[in-house]
Amino acid sequence: MNQEIFKDNWELIVGLEVHTELATKTKLFCGCLNQFGNEPNTNVCPVCLGLPGSLPVVNEIAVYFAMQLGRALHCSVNRSVFARKNYFYPDMPKDYQISQYDLPTNLEGYLELPSGETIGIERAHIEEDTGKTTHIGTSGRISGADYSLVDYNRAGVPLIEIVSKPEIRTIEQAKAYVSELRGIILALEISDAKMEEGSIRVDANVSVREIGENDLRTRCEIKNVNSLKSLGRAIEYEANRHIGLYKNGESPRQETRHWDENAGRTRSGRSKEDAEDYRYFPEPDLVPLNPSEETITKIDQEMPELPSKRREKLANLTGVKPSDVALLVERNHDVFALDVIRRGGLPDQVVKHLVNNLSAGLGELTAESLAQLVQMENKSEITSTQAKKMLGELVQRGGTPAELATELGFEAIETNEIENLVDQLINQHSDEWERFCSGDTKVQGFFVGQVMKATSGQADGKLINQILNERSTSK
Amino acid sequence: MSSMVPDQYQSASEIAELVTTGEISAIEILERHLNHIEQYEKDVHAFNLVTIDEARAAAEETDKLIAKGERVGPLAGVPVAVKDNLCTEGIPTTASSKILEGWKPPYDATVVKKLKEAGATIVGKTNLDEFAMGSSTENSAFGPTRNPHDLSCVPGGSSGGSAAAVAAGFAPIAIGSDTGGSIRQPASLCGVVGVKPTYGGVSRYGLLAFASSLDQVGPFATSVKDAAIVHEVIGGYDPLDSTSIKQTSNSFLEVLDKDISTLKVGVISELMGGIDGITREVIEQANKAVSVLSAAGAQVEEISLPAALYCLSAYYLIAPAEASSNLSRYDGVRYGLRIDGANLNEMNVNTRTEGFGDEVKRRIMLGTYALSAGYYDAYYGKALKVRRLLAENFAALYKEYDVLLSPTSPCTAFKLGEKVSDPMTMYVNDVCTIPSNLVGHPAISIPFGHGQDGMPIGVQILAPPMKEPVMYQVAHTLEMAAQ
Amino acid sequence: MMSEPISPEEVAHVAYLARLRLTEDELSRFTEQLGAILNHAEDVEALELDDTEPMSHPLPIENTMREDTPSPMLKPSDFLPEAPAVEDGRFLVPKILGEEP
Repeated sequence: MNQEIFKDNWELIVGLEVHTELATKTKLFCGCLNQFGNEPNTNVCPVCLGLPGSLPVVNEIAVYFAMQLGRALHCSVNRSVFARKNYFYPDMPKDYQISQYDLPTNLEGYLELPSGETIGIERAHIEEDTGKTTHIGTSGRISGADYSLVDYNRAGVPLIEIVSKPEIRTIEQAKAYVSELRGIILALEISDAKMEEGSIRVDANVSVREIGENDLRTRCEIKNVNSLKSLGRAIEYEANRHIGLYKNGESPRQETRHWDENAGRTRSGRSKEDAEDYRYFPEPDLVPLNPSEETITKIDQEMPELPSKRREKLANLTGVKPSDVALLVERNHDVFALDVIRRGGLPDQVVKHLVNNLSAGLGELTAESLAQLVQMENKSEITSTQAKKMLGELVQRGGTPAELATELGFEAIETNEIENLVDQLINQHSDEWERFCSGDTKVQGFFVGQVMKATSGQADGKLINQILNERSTSK
Repeated sequence: MSSMVPDQYQSASEIAELVTTGEISAIEILERHLNHIEQYEKDVHAFNLVTIDEARAAAEETDKLIAKGERVGPLAGVPVAVKDNLCTEGIPTTASSKILEGWKPPYDATVVKKLKEAGATIVGKTNLDEFAMGSSTENSAFGPTRNPHDLSCVPGGSSGGSAAAVAAGFAPIAIGSDTGGSIRQPASLCGVVGVKPTYGGVSRYGLLAFASSLDQVGPFATSVKDAAIVHEVIGGYDPLDSTSIKQTSNSFLEVLDKDISTLKVGVISELMGGIDGITREVIEQANKAVSVLSAAGAQVEEISLPAALYCLSAYYLIAPAEASSNLSRYDGVRYGLRIDGANLNEMNVNTRTEGFGDEVKRRIMLGTYALSAGYYDAYYGKALKVRRLLAENFAALYKEYDVLLSPTSPCTAFKLGEKVSDPMTMYVNDVCTIPSNLVGHPAISIPFGHGQDGMPIGVQILAPPMKEPVMYQVAHTLEMAAQ
Repeated sequence: MMSEPISPEEVAHVAYLARLRLTEDELSRFTEQLGAILNHAEDVEALELDDTEPMSHPLPIENTMREDTPSPMLKPSDFLPEAPAVEDGRFLVPKILGEEP
């Protein structure tokens, strides 16, 4: 891939528009189920089908979720007015989308990246999702299709659109912004935030300029980006396209472009005739939303701990490496980790287990069990292999580590028993013992293996080595 | 002049009482009205559809309930005609547009539901100007409605079918919608009572939207009392309409017979000669109404509503703007007409070009223009400010006056075809009624005398929001005097 | 003297935005008629209303919302028979030119 954006003094400018579907029970403006995977056109009513005469009534939980996200992004929550965005498209049953325009719910906030950098948030507003259009024909794509079919099950599902300021300067920042936003959304439990399944959708406004310039140049909006990886690729492609145009003395046209994952390029979406004129105006079927001070205070007071704060807590307490901290927070295991540590689990061991052995989830494992298990391991009552095996069982069926160790026969073998075994081996294998004592470490494995064999693998390797070393120095 | 108007109307309240007490059956009442419709409908064309079977079933159901001694509603057995822009489950609802011809909604409008619950017998869907855009009912894709007082004249509009149905005695009650005068103006032209309730007082759920911030559903009746009864039935909070008002008003009937001697009435000078185009005979009748109210002890004064001068302009920017968006959904995808095309865009264009009439197209384009980039502030934005100005005018007046009075329509019913070629001439018909819509206030038109042509003239009483009781009270006083 | 507030090109553009096709005759007729209406609106345009708040809605009410509880939904048989074209329970539309907006 062409790396031009990193040389020649070009600066990348990106603003992101992230749409997230809200996990409400019902749709934004009607009581139809907000649910997927059903037969087409079964989660619909006159309102979300846009039938003549139907009227929208806004879902209070969707509004609450939007305000929660706004506060989590340090936005001001304002009196807001819904507006109609007018354009013809068959997946929009009314041929206008109810959104918010000049008076959105949330304005002017910021998002802090794990690196400590902040990206400004311009607004986060509420709007309705469209239906789903399937293109029928050999290509399966919109171009070259013979006809299309429309399912309105998704029409009217609540969305929040979070619009960043054009303050993102690198592809890494763009990706980090999306994952951090995702983390916040998950912490608030307002969406399942799955990018691949479309419950988070990212559009990137990309432009470039020469370093030192103050004004922004023409931007293009890139749609149809379905993963963090393609977000990076799409931004890089588009930036290079702009640089190429400028170098040829041309300029990009402000337009919406679509990312083609297979071709690895963006494509122009529409003819010039379709120059956007959405004729926004206040939605006369809805009344303004004007949250009280008390509502906003309540939201602030009930705000769950957000990823940045949680990372900070975990890092302060354990001193483990930042990437592990980020991972645990992302997996939502940080609170559990802190609980285990509070119950006496050694931080680095706790984090090690959570990162390496518990990536699939915690199941029936309790914090107390993990704390005890780490302590048993630490006291050499069980080996690390045994610990790993026990974790699998504890996740599956719960229980206490002590009982489980007994059940599995993972009883600690007394130190003197191992000493006896080692002494027996020394007598039986005097040649090898001589070699060990003269510094041939290769035979160390032989002795350890023999002890393991005799104890069916239940002896602690560390302890065997310790005894071997004691015996050789005292010889 | 060929009049189809019966010598005497039977009131809805009388019918309901006779039916409820078992003196006459609902089916008998219905058959009598169906006979009347059968006889005169071909001349008047008040209906897009007479729902004979459904009406008979409903009337029989009412009779069964009464036979069983069960409680029936205040409109038991009362035939009601419903404007064809209100959704009726399984019964075609067309807004008199080719684009919706034959469309059967899967649900009832809230108003329709309430009428049924009140025991009413819905007899059919009445004609209107396409999507309620017009003042003569000539803009119907299914042919014009004629004024029962003189078949060569229009009934007014857009609820011309509803007004004509009541005037012709096809039904004692009809339901209309009023966006800029679409109930009151045809009521005036047809000599019946027509009410535009407070915005938010009656649910709009199931009303095919023309201009959402102005539309309001209301009754036609042959008396103020009947109108108030029906208004109480169809009104009230509806959780399906976000713009529905939660607070409930007092009963509209309580003060109907109370004397008006403590009331102050303002007469809008701008609509009594201040603005051109309001005929002398109409103003004369309004002045007679003033005398009646003075004689009844009310304090009547001429007042000024300066913003009235700009209402027509503001209205013809705001209403088309909202309409341009409301009517986008008629695109040939989900219901109604489709005229095929080589691709989606062509299909959309073919369908809408073929499906909409000229007046609808004109307003869609006007509204699209008023909202489009570069013109929004000059047109739509400015119109919204006029609206505020008007609201402030009204608020100041209502600090001092209980109700305001003006003519309803600038003239009596005009001839079919007389005004169709010039939209602006047609639009002036709404000059007296539009102010109430812009601010969402209630207003009523009641018949008050006739013009030199013998055609009915109406007088309008305007009241502050949710103050319908006093509006009905004053209207009732005038009605008594007119009889 | 009346200015011409709207040109035939502008009328053609709004017709395009509104998905309407006009014949030459209609274009000139509508241009004239819309012009007359907009001319009438010039009195509004000329008003000095800088300090007046726009009023998009007649009611001062706010915060009308509903609870997040399901309500009855329609069955496809309630509305699909009304659709001009259907396939596999979905609404069929002719091929779409260009990408999704």
